[in-house]
Order: sequence, then C-alpha cells, then structure tokens
Amino acid sequence: MTAVADLTVNFDAEGFMTDPNEWTPEIAAVLAQEEGIDELTNDHWTVINFVRDENDKTGQPPTLRAISKRSGVDTKELYALFPKGPAKKVARIAGLGKPKGCI
Amino acid sequence: MSEEPTRKLSIICSKGSLDMAYPALVLANAGRMMGIDVNLFFTFWGMDVINKKKVSHLKVVPVGNPAMHMPQAVGGFPGMTDLATGMMKKEIEKLDMPPVDEFLEMIHDAGAGIYACRMAADMMGMEREDMIDEVDEILGAMEFLEMSEGAQMLFI
Repeated sequence: MTAVADLTVNFDAEGFMTDPNEWTPEIAAVLAQEEGIDELTNDHWTVINFVRDENDKTGQPPTLRAISKRSGVDTKELYALFPKGPAKKVARIAGLGKPKGCI
Repeated sequence: MSEEPTRKLSIICSKGSLDMAYPALVLANAGRMMGIDVNLFFTFWGMDVINKKKVSHLKVVPVGNPAMHMPQAVGGFPGMTDLATGMMKKEIEKLDMPPVDEFLEMIHDAGAGIYACRMAADMMGMEREDMIDEVDEILGAMEFLEMSEGAQMLFI
C-alpha cells in the first residue's frame, strides 16, 4: 500500500473519484478492499477494464446490463464478483462517478 | 466497515399489462444493483407476467388510459391495443431495457426473489409448470408478509 500512500486523489462526498484520469490499478485495489473485495481477480479486471474503456469511448459509464451483455461477465457472475450492489461498487473501483442509469 | 442491516424492498405486482409490469421490474433491478434485498410477489392479473404462455404477449391498452391523449372511442378501435403495445415496446428497446421475459431472468440472476400468489394461482387454475422457470415458490399472503418483515413495501 505504500505505493499509493503519497498520492493525492480527489473524491466526492460519496466516495467516488472526481477525476478518472487520477485512477491507477493500485488505487483500484485499495478501493476494492474498502468495498470488501480482498483481491481483484482476472474476472474483476475484465469488468473494470470494460467499464473504463466504455467510459473513455462514450463519456459515460456503461449500464450493468451493457456490462453483462458485452464484457463476457454475465449478471450472476457480476453479482458474485461485486456483492451487495455491483452498480456502485464497479463504478467506484473503476474510478468513475456514481452511476445514474436505471438499468 | 461496520455491518449495517441490509435494506429490504418487497413489491406486490397485481397488474398484467405491459405498462404496469415495467415499473416493478425496473425498481426491483435498481434495488438489486445497489445492494437492496428485493422480493416480488405476483398476484391477480400480475400472474400473467409470470405465465409462461403470456409473458411475451403483455399489452398496453389505450382505453381507460387518459395519458394516451386520444378519445376513448378511438382507443377502442380494432388494432389500437396492438399499435400502442408495439410503440411502447419500441421505446423500451431504445432505452436498452430488455423485454419482460428477459428482464425477469435478469433480476432473478441478480438475486431478486420471484414468488407467485397461491390463491391467485388456484383461482386461475395455474400450476407451477405453467409459470416461468424463475418463480422461486408459490406462497400464501402470510408467508410473503413474513418474508417481508422490516421491508419497504410497494403495491403496483
């Protein structure tokens, strides 16, 4: 954790990063632990990378439905990987804002 | 982080039209996405939504719906129900929302409980095999209320 101890990262009042460009994979690991995910597996990274790519391309984070349809990680797996509320957890760990989509 | 008690939401789905099926499904899905425990209880006309043969054929009925902004008699013309239904399905697809059968599968995969009302099933002569696979159990009203202890409840 010492690798990120010196970084200054900005968060909003709800704990979401305000600038996705400040994000690094090391930050993701720290945020994941805060969300109760001890270790990020390959499947976690598949989701995180997909979400960040989509956000870069469209300027908006993808909906959970889009993730489950196109990332190769289906709904059941998503909920197993990011238990108790995957929408917010995925966005937060990926360094994006709070998701606004309804689906 | 200290463990807070998990928020719970129970939704009673009593309507069988397309426009009344979606609000419950959207809310159930939103709840699961943010970590809320969600249970759905289908009863009366809501049984159509979990009826294998009917789930893909739910309709929007213009008659008696002032939000359609057309004279009641026009809404009753032959074909108007199919027209309204087709239009709504198109709009739903544009929003990247799944059709009802796929939506039920999705929220079930997301961990929402899907229950059928025993009395309504008896009344309509429905057996378990007439219902979609996602139905977890056929329950009495008391059992559903027991399950919903401490939950926020919605009747649609």
